[in-house]
Amino acid sequence: MMEPRIDYYPTHEHEGFKFRRGHTLPFGATVVPSGVNFSIFSSAATSCTLVLFRKHEAEPMVEIEFPQEFRIGDVYSMIVFDLDVEELEYGYRMDGPWNPSAGYRFDRTKVLCDPYARVLGGRDIWREEPDWSSPQQHRGRLAFNDFDWEQDRPLEIPTEDLVIYEAHVRGFTAHPSSGVSAPGTFAGIREKIPYLKELGINCLELLPIFEFDEWENSRKHPDTGEWLLNYWGYSTLGFFAPKAGFAATGRFGMQVDELKTLIKELHQAGIEVMLDVVFNHTSEGDHRGPVISFRGIDNRTYYILTPDGWYYNFSGCGNTLNCNHPVVRNMVLDCLRYWAAEYHVDGFRFDLASILGRDQNGAPLPNPPLLESLAYDPVLSKCKLIAEAWDAGGLYQVGSFPAYGRWAEWNGKYRDCTRKFLKGDAGHAGEIATRIQGSPDLYYYRGPTASINFITCHDGFTLRDLFSYNGKHNEANGENNNDGSNDNESWNCGWEGESTDPGVNALRAQMMKTAICLLMVSRGVPMLLMGDEFGRTQHGNNNAYCHDDDLGWMNWALAEDNAGLLRFTREMIRFRHQHSVLRSRSFFEHRDRVGSGYADITFHGTQTWRPDFSPGSRCLAFRLDGAHAGSPDNSIYVAINMFWDGLPYELPSPGEGKRWKVAVNTSMPSPQDICPTSEAPFLEDQSSAIVGPRSIMVLVADSQ
Amino acid sequence: MVSVNKQGNVTVIELEGSIDGKTAPQVRDEMKPALEDSTQAILDMTKVGYLSSAGLRLLLLVYREFTARKGKLVLVGVAPDIQAVMSHTGFLNFFTLKETQAQAMEALGQGQ
Repeated sequence: MMEPRIDYYPTHEHEGFKFRRGHTLPFGATVVPSGVNFSIFSSAATSCTLVLFRKHEAEPMVEIEFPQEFRIGDVYSMIVFDLDVEELEYGYRMDGPWNPSAGYRFDRTKVLCDPYARVLGGRDIWREEPDWSSPQQHRGRLAFNDFDWEQDRPLEIPTEDLVIYEAHVRGFTAHPSSGVSAPGTFAGIREKIPYLKELGINCLELLPIFEFDEWENSRKHPDTGEWLLNYWGYSTLGFFAPKAGFAATGRFGMQVDELKTLIKELHQAGIEVMLDVVFNHTSEGDHRGPVISFRGIDNRTYYILTPDGWYYNFSGCGNTLNCNHPVVRNMVLDCLRYWAAEYHVDGFRFDLASILGRDQNGAPLPNPPLLESLAYDPVLSKCKLIAEAWDAGGLYQVGSFPAYGRWAEWNGKYRDCTRKFLKGDAGHAGEIATRIQGSPDLYYYRGPTASINFITCHDGFTLRDLFSYNGKHNEANGENNNDGSNDNESWNCGWEGESTDPGVNALRAQMMKTAICLLMVSRGVPMLLMGDEFGRTQHGNNNAYCHDDDLGWMNWALAEDNAGLLRFTREMIRFRHQHSVLRSRSFFEHRDRVGSGYADITFHGTQTWRPDFSPGSRCLAFRLDGAHAGSPDNSIYVAINMFWDGLPYELPSPGEGKRWKVAVNTSMPSPQDICPTSEAPFLEDQSSAIVGPRSIMVLVADSQ
Repeated sequence: MVSVNKQGNVTVIELEGSIDGKTAPQVRDEMKPALEDSTQAILDMTKVGYLSSAGLRLLLLVYREFTARKGKLVLVGVAPDIQAVMSHTGFLNFFTLKETQAQAMEALGQGQ
């Protein structure tokens, strides 16, 4: 039994509150025996005051200025005794110069949020309109960190085996059709774990879950009067705090436990959790934005500023976090370690990650210290790190993001190329051959696991809309259809928008299946967008960031309407999991490494051994040799025909003693479009097969 | 807040009011002696209107200490909204819950 610490007694008192000098580290508010340790950094403040509130009360219960001897270096720390941690809210006042052109924006009238706050109060219930008259919209709170994980830890699924599913916490179950008891929450996702498991995905990537303000830049649509909110949440208030409004128990301040419970139970179902993290900017915007935290604590440290003190805007959101400042770099590192160690998060996807490689003046660094630190961090060493390898300042680093052998990328070129090829553009067969190999042109030194392959993601059309609209239809965003990308590479299959024409609808269904098939037979890591497995639509809106409504939510009724597509997607994911020949950490070597008589991959066209990479080509076929798979597997032949007519494909040999079975044929209606390998029928004609227009046929070599 | 009675070998503790960070230490102190000389117990929560995060932690701590001594403890009368919170936050998994004291008695092998 440890005796109580001899230094844990108060030395000071102010208005009945007892306190003493605190621990400099860790930053943030930490429960210690009989008190709370508060620690905060500011390089330029002249004094700092701790402001304590009772939860939800307008006026502070006490303000305690840090005695100067409590400051070590640039860090103020103190322990306050006998606080009810559950009912406590806190913030800081910082005194210092107000001189914007020199980068100083101190204002001691503001109560500032702790950048390390583990919980933020103020937006406890999603969409509950805040009291706008309150001078502090957000305040720090304490979190219990005694969650019982039992046997759990991050799953460490090999990256090559992942199938990622990108989802918005609220959008996933907010729609009444979800049938869950706590719609739009972490608990709601938990109720859908059996669905995700049956779908076969093994990694759930959540759009931002760090505390944000859904009311930021909120407005009513001029025509419809509908609220447009900051629904996606790519605008962080606090990097250590989970979004309270995403928790059914947020009103009781139990979002930490609720999110941990979700992660623990996803892990039990064999599903990893990846967080979409936004370190490129904060919700304070530019000089016109609110003073919430960083701006008032240490503006010059936290933001990249122009020489005369304005905010650089490489994020497109007003400001740019100064990620390669050593202090900010440590904050990012502390944050990710916290989520990995305390929440058992399996990986991170970094929004506009190229900003993380800019220096303190905004110039791209050849060897960015932050990215290097993350790549070699001992706590994060098994975490998946995925970069959105571009930013809004014009840096585009797909294929060249500083990787240190660790970083993967959202492969934007995979998306662009597959879209063009799928809609029947000529001349992409050559590039497609590269993309389905995991893009060795981009990731030769990193391997195919660096390539996160996707055709759709939250940003842009859903899969159904990709084949239902030639152009974006963002009128509902209230910006006269000026927002959102114009380079969609989409095709409406003959009619713009919803159609009653059975021919158009059949073609769209086929295109969706063909796209999912292409994704699942590509080397690299496939990522699906929430709802694409059963034809979710945003009615042509390709930028639904502000829609907390039917447009942004997943309508589960579509699972019945499009049961065939859902079945196809499940079976296609299962097919990928069953065939190790489709998954690997290494690139194909285009030679016979094992003496099977075949190279690991061979390319074909309508004629065997004659792939057509000419400018007019819309066809490609390839054979994957099962003997080259990591574990013994069947050989697989994939014939892709993006021409508008059916074409006969000569078939390569399935190997000695084997015959080809038809596992997948996307031109067939459900359920003939896919069947489990064990039940797949053998082809009668083993020398050639007709591949239907705009479809893919996948054959599996099997013994009689 | 806490009333204790004994039904055969079973200690029945009825809790009342809100259990939160403020009341939890007192509730714990009052429950402790009652649980110390017993191996079977029922915690009746019928009159508990609010159970905060700290309150749940207190319950789990008591539960763990008790079961670590090979005791059996059953919760009774947990309001549906509190049950929902316990479910969402994972606490429910750790407890045995029954609707009534009679059912709890049965679960403890003390049924008639």
